[in-house]
Amino acid sequence: MMSKVTMRLNGKTVSADVEDRTLLVHFIRETQGLTGTHVGCDTSQCGACVVHVDGKAVKSCTMLAAQADGSDVLTVEGLANGDELHPVQAAFRENHGLQCGFCTPGMIMTAVDMIERHGAKLDEKTIRHELEGNICRCTGYHNIVKAIKAASDQMAGMKTATE
Amino acid sequence: MYETTYHRAGSVADAASMMASAEDGKYLGGGQTLLPTMKQRLAAPTDLIDLAKIVDLHGISEAGGAVVIGAATTHAEVASSAVINSKLPGLATLAGGIGDPAVRHKGTIGGSIANNDPAADYPSALVALGATVKTNKRELAAEDFFTGMFETALEDDEIVTSVSFPVPAKSAYSKYPNPASRYAMAGVFVAKGADDSVKVAVTGAGQDGVFRVGEMESALSSNWSPEAVAGISVSSDNLLSDIHGSAAYRANLVTVMAKRAVAAAG
Amino acid sequence: MGVQGIGARALRKEDKRFITGKGRYTDDMVLPRMTYAAFVRSPHAHAKIKGIDASAALAMPGVEAVLTGEQLVGDGIGNLICGWMIHSKDGSPMNMGAWRALEPETVRFVGQAVAVVIADTQGQARDAADAVVVDYEELPAVVDMSAAMAPGAPQLHPEAPGNVIYDWEIGDEAATNAAFDSAAHVTRLDITNNRLVPNPMEPRAALADYDTAEEHYTLYTTSQNPHVARLVLSAFYNVAPEHKLRVIAPDVGGGFGSKIFIYPEEIVALWASKRVGRPVKWVSDRTEAFLTDAHGRDHKTEAELALDANNKITGFRVKTVANLGAYMSLFSSSVPTYLYATLLSGQYDIPNIHCNVKTVYTNTTPVDAYRGAGRPEATFLVERIIETAAREVGMSPAEFRRKNFIQAFPHQTPVIMCYDAGDYNATLDAALKAIDYDGFPARKSEAASRGKLRGLGLSCYIEACGIAPSAAVGSLGAGVGLWESAEVRVNPVGTIEVLTGSHSHGQGHETTFAQLISERFGVDTDAVSIVHGDTDKVQFGMGTYGSRSGAVGMSAIVKALDKVEAKAKKIAAHLMEASEGDIQIEGGELKVAGTDKKLSFTEVALAAYTAHNLPEGMEPGLKEGAFYDPSNFTFPAGTYACEVEVDPDTGKTEIVNFVAADDFGKVINPMIVEGQVHGGLTQGIGQALLENAAYDENGQLVTASYMDYAMPRADDVPSYNLLTTETICPGNPLGMKGCGEAGAIGSPPAVINAITDAIGNNHLSMPATAEKVWLAAQPGLSQAAE
Repeated sequence: MMSKVTMRLNGKTVSADVEDRTLLVHFIRETQGLTGTHVGCDTSQCGACVVHVDGKAVKSCTMLAAQADGSDVLTVEGLANGDELHPVQAAFRENHGLQCGFCTPGMIMTAVDMIERHGAKLDEKTIRHELEGNICRCTGYHNIVKAIKAASDQMAGMKTATE
Repeated sequence: MYETTYHRAGSVADAASMMASAEDGKYLGGGQTLLPTMKQRLAAPTDLIDLAKIVDLHGISEAGGAVVIGAATTHAEVASSAVINSKLPGLATLAGGIGDPAVRHKGTIGGSIANNDPAADYPSALVALGATVKTNKRELAAEDFFTGMFETALEDDEIVTSVSFPVPAKSAYSKYPNPASRYAMAGVFVAKGADDSVKVAVTGAGQDGVFRVGEMESALSSNWSPEAVAGISVSSDNLLSDIHGSAAYRANLVTVMAKRAVAAAG
Repeated sequence: MGVQGIGARALRKEDKRFITGKGRYTDDMVLPRMTYAAFVRSPHAHAKIKGIDASAALAMPGVEAVLTGEQLVGDGIGNLICGWMIHSKDGSPMNMGAWRALEPETVRFVGQAVAVVIADTQGQARDAADAVVVDYEELPAVVDMSAAMAPGAPQLHPEAPGNVIYDWEIGDEAATNAAFDSAAHVTRLDITNNRLVPNPMEPRAALADYDTAEEHYTLYTTSQNPHVARLVLSAFYNVAPEHKLRVIAPDVGGGFGSKIFIYPEEIVALWASKRVGRPVKWVSDRTEAFLTDAHGRDHKTEAELALDANNKITGFRVKTVANLGAYMSLFSSSVPTYLYATLLSGQYDIPNIHCNVKTVYTNTTPVDAYRGAGRPEATFLVERIIETAAREVGMSPAEFRRKNFIQAFPHQTPVIMCYDAGDYNATLDAALKAIDYDGFPARKSEAASRGKLRGLGLSCYIEACGIAPSAAVGSLGAGVGLWESAEVRVNPVGTIEVLTGSHSHGQGHETTFAQLISERFGVDTDAVSIVHGDTDKVQFGMGTYGSRSGAVGMSAIVKALDKVEAKAKKIAAHLMEASEGDIQIEGGELKVAGTDKKLSFTEVALAAYTAHNLPEGMEPGLKEGAFYDPSNFTFPAGTYACEVEVDPDTGKTEIVNFVAADDFGKVINPMIVEGQVHGGLTQGIGQALLENAAYDENGQLVTASYMDYAMPRADDVPSYNLLTTETICPGNPLGMKGCGEAGAIGSPPAVINAITDAIGNNHLSMPATAEKVWLAAQPGLSQAAE
């Protein structure tokens, strides 16, 4: 069965006829050609595929494209503001929070969601717990945790400054 | 994943009629268990009927000494609800520990209980709190709803619409997660009802899914303290045994988690 | 970025593409008319194939072809090979069974490919693969390595009677036995080194494209060593001649050894692309990765350590059985022999060592190199038995180690290796200080007051990396040389491209290698590009594994830089009418010493290419290549100290402090080195506490997904406390030793030594799951957790 799926993807309305069994991650990667979102497992555990749907982090490998019809979807490609990196992206680089880069988009999207939910309250223990659904084999998590903490502190500072 | 046909239902009645015309349909809640199963080609429904956008299935409300949670309410919504955190803190803890943040944004209470995975968390809460499951056809007591591993009293076309939890005097949940899947190896929900009745329900450990521990309930009825359950162990005869934990180890975890849950409930 | 030389914590040049979603991995590649491959895999661990019926599959929508092993063999595609010849102690060559990319006759492990479906979409290919009917006659299977050697066991390969691949030994048996005969104390230990699945987060993938007009193949694939892949695909698998095959390993999402090897899927993708006349893409799913990526470790060992009356080690006797799975993977034979037994001396002065290794076939996934490869097995064995011996004789584990450390270098061990440099007291002291060794008893009693069992464990590891001197490994049976190549191209405008045979799949070569050039010529790292991973762009090179990219790969770059520098100086001297010996390179300029005469690096480069005014007889251009063949292995070493708290109620272990004191020689980018250690430590802790590839008795892998295979997550591990000490490696121009594997090598024994210290029971196998620790911590149980 083919159906037309329409969504806002990184701020742009996109539409395509796809098989109903098409996963959101395949819609993003193959139909729309945005390959930053990755597939690292078959059991919804590794988190390489995390994107935001209607403002919330979800695993795009565990959602049909059809379920996202009419939704607002944000991927790692839509995070930076032009050439200006999102603070979480910048923090991953500054803290060496990535090595091979494969889990990185999912980590970053999870981190952005985490910081949005917890604000400036993030401590190491919370960060580690919140990363339960994202697996990295390269970094040992040490610098990912550091990066998220740094971004969280910085974003809290930015918020205070604008208040 | 095998081919399938996706339908988005606008109302419960709409969903039921879609199911009636499907050859081998399945209701789709958050899809956090069903979709992985379909991806592994272990399930092949001809039709998926998505319940997530049905407005009537959403929301958390409190009335008449009970908290009612719509079936399409996500784990994240339950975990962060002010009402649940104040009236059913054990349930908030439980929902906040299901899967991971992304899974909690999609997974729903209705989907979880309809699947009745023996390692899922919710069944223990429903049983311990004496919840009532409401469907589009009837109301069922939690203990009548869960009938065995991956089995419930639901008919094929029946839809869980909400779950009603009587507000307890005390409640808490403690689980020991499987180190790989992070599902419960043993999860214990303890509740002391408004009428002082005590229930202890265990998930993750039993071969037939959730079960109650009568001996712990009696002990806690006369002495609500961690020490009251510390010496009580469940028989390992009907417990799961796999590479992650033998039945004997799970039996130990049930006691330890029960102790910790009682301590957390205060 | 500016000038960032050796020692700078330069941020990574490659990061921008990864953090913005612009990385380019194999699965991201799309070609016109691309098809998808789905493999039909054996559900049985051991079975005869009686027939394959593809008729239903062929009739399904979008299906281009269903190809089988019979066709593959018919087209002359060669068998998979093992590239390192090991001889048994009786002199006979290893017994290698035939391994075909698609098996036409007998399957020997669950997941082995027997056919492939090529279709327009991935969904169609998988649907059709399900519809291929294979008629199997099941055969008895054997998964346990001891059972495989028992009389009457199911036999896997006619070439290997009794399933034994080789029965190999190293060291002086008689002298070692004599040491035991006169020993004052003998410590015995049986050790299992658990089977692991490497699990780089990017699953393997291949995209093959055959150009009919040029009779030329292009393969995009997830490889750590694209040139080796091309060589093997060409020379042994007869896919195409080397000059008609281009292998591109673009961004690769981690390897850890598992992407060294050339697997059936890459071979089949290439072969199928010619067969169907369209590009063919295959992407592994995670379950396929569990079933088909080469596994790691899987040893069973009986070891004995002899001590004299002064607690000095006099002998070490080891008998190891290693499970190589159903087939011999590319470097499998070298892992439990020359990468393992040659490190059994550890950091210790042990006069007599003898080790016997038997390798066996079983009906399981093939086993090969995984981060550390042989050295983690050696280190676990040595550091567990050292700790055990110290406990038995009642000495402090730190002092027992110190007493037996090698103190002078070079040091020739009885097992081939000659350690060139090190200071083992320095790393031990640094680690003990950082973990506050002396304060441990107080922490232990404080933990006890909270109902927790606290323990401290040490591990003093050594590894041999920077592999390897070609003649030496050749004499030991290697089928290849293990040198590395580099080419440095200075462009007419002074920017620089470095073509390296090393391959970065997370290691940050684009940054570290650029720092080397920045240091040498004083140029901005942004003016340097590191080119790797494409056989059409880069000269033949050997790739990245065995912590060799620094010590070997960068040494090749240094050699090429020497040549570039020499030529640039000649040109500068000529242009400035100075003596060549007076030219100094500083801050991106070539200066005449003692004068104010200078030329920018760019001016010299341009002069080399305009060639209007070069020294008499000099060729134009500024581009030099070099091959570097190391003179010895390098020997990174260090001390890891792990402190744990065990919850006796559940058996759960929490690592409360982990100190790693490493001596990697010269460090180019400390930030990147620390990242390598963090990752290695987490993999080692994963092995110690969580990870295990478990088979049932029928040969089904019961841990074939993340639902059952426990990967370390962020909340399983602590933040680490890292220190470095430095002894310069005398064997290479930069003094580097390598850092990629140390964490995975050194950490497992530290963790197990800590837990056994906490629970007061030395019998504990990996992974030390909560259940095993809970059992072992029960009073009165000593063997329960084995």
